[in-house]
Amino acid sequence: MISINAAVIDLKRLDLLANGDSPIHILDARAKVLVTFVFIISVVSFDRYELARLLPFFIFPIVMIALSGLPPIYIVQKISLISPLVLMVGLFNPVFDRTVMYQIGHLGISGGWVSLLSLFIRSLLTVGAAFILVGTTGFTAVCQALERLGIPQIFAVQLLFLHRYIFALADEISSSSRARELRSCGKKGLGVASFGSLAGHLLLRTWQRAEHIHTAMLARGFIGRFYVQRQSRFAASELLFMLGWCIIFIALHSFDISDILGGLVTGIFP
Amino acid sequence: MSHHIVEAKNLRHVYPDGMIAIKDVSFRITHGESVAIIGANGAGKSTLLQHLNGCLIATAGQVRIGDTLLTKSTLPDIRRTVGMVFQYPDDQLFMPTVFEDVAFGPLNLGLSGEEVDRRVAEALERVGAGHLQAKPPYHLSGGEKKRVAIATVLAMSPDILVMDEPTSGLDPFARRQLMYLLQEFQHTKIFTSHDLDMVMELCERTIILHEGAIMADGPTGEIFRNEALLTACRLEKPFSMQGCPLCRKRADTKKP
Repeated sequence: MISINAAVIDLKRLDLLANGDSPIHILDARAKVLVTFVFIISVVSFDRYELARLLPFFIFPIVMIALSGLPPIYIVQKISLISPLVLMVGLFNPVFDRTVMYQIGHLGISGGWVSLLSLFIRSLLTVGAAFILVGTTGFTAVCQALERLGIPQIFAVQLLFLHRYIFALADEISSSSRARELRSCGKKGLGVASFGSLAGHLLLRTWQRAEHIHTAMLARGFIGRFYVQRQSRFAASELLFMLGWCIIFIALHSFDISDILGGLVTGIFP
Repeated sequence: MSHHIVEAKNLRHVYPDGMIAIKDVSFRITHGESVAIIGANGAGKSTLLQHLNGCLIATAGQVRIGDTLLTKSTLPDIRRTVGMVFQYPDDQLFMPTVFEDVAFGPLNLGLSGEEVDRRVAEALERVGAGHLQAKPPYHLSGGEKKRVAIATVLAMSPDILVMDEPTSGLDPFARRQLMYLLQEFQHTKIFTSHDLDMVMELCERTIILHEGAIMADGPTGEIFRNEALLTACRLEKPFSMQGCPLCRKRADTKKP
């Protein structure tokens, strides 16, 4: 169960990273949420066979990581956790879509492989952007920004509770599984049958635990709103940050930058 | 008029499964008193405590804090007045860092940034945990967690401190430190505990709960000398009143 504990501590680290004071950290959460939203929309709205035009979008995560001082290896590790899921989603693309799109010598690359790769790159970009958003803003501040941007309060609070519930659930899973492992003496225990009741108990226990936490929150004046200490406002720097990135994203989406750059280079050095 | 008075009148609580946890409990705790509520497991201590700041609503009877009757509309004010420290600090500490956790209450009170900073620093300093403010709560030891949990409540400037089993799970040194800390507080204090030696030192008055009803309410020393009462309520004298353990062992071995 060390792995579950480690995963939870790792996830909590993401929240801690948000306490930094880099130029990106101090920006208003709403600006960062909006920019990430525009980024994700720009990335996912390309044709499913698009590859080359997606690559320039890596400028966003690279610049954001460099400016915010987030540990790049940590972010890459987090993104890699999601990649098996993405590969599963696109697993059958090469099977069903066999039209050859590119020919390299005798090797024909089918549309299925291209779309799988495109899906993978998109997932790296979008999931990376989401991690960078939480790592530079904090989950509480992201939810508060969503609320201030007009999402109903009930959804924002639900999202926050879901985030807290993950930790309560992981704690309970790790202690229950440890107890089961220790009493199954290295064997399978009662096998699958024991997992049914384990899952039921987990649900009830986490429910109870969540109630305790909620009671503690109520006791300290919680009335359905989360407040964050960092009070920021939408100033010129936020506007500049938003406009700058949005213009870049729209430009990258409307023009084939790699093609233009390639043309320029070949024009200068024929 | 004082906010520091806690009064329960004919309090009764029945859980949804029909279990009667508290039967007709009445008491009045006045300004600056330090009172212990003791009893066996399942006697209703925690249930009773949870009524004092409206975490549970009584099936019958009423709770009054100062001149304010506990109702849905007075809850926010009562929760600011009555600071509740839970038995398990893990349930109480849920924010990413100690600072944010202590700031949670003051922010909910609608205080401004500087005032929140000042209150957090003061509360952490008061419990000797100023150096822990940037740490995540899950990296703290049991004693540290307990002190931070107390700070989270102190930051809201309560008039009354209610603590469920404050010394449970602490090592002897951390327990002693906590007791010194609690002794310094001028608040009205209400504890539940199985640590009867702590009760002897910190509380001048003790209420014994047994099967949801009050069996005794009086000066702590007097109650702990009543062996018959303690036995009837599945309790025993504090260790400090039981005499030298070595002599007792010798006396036991001499018994026929």
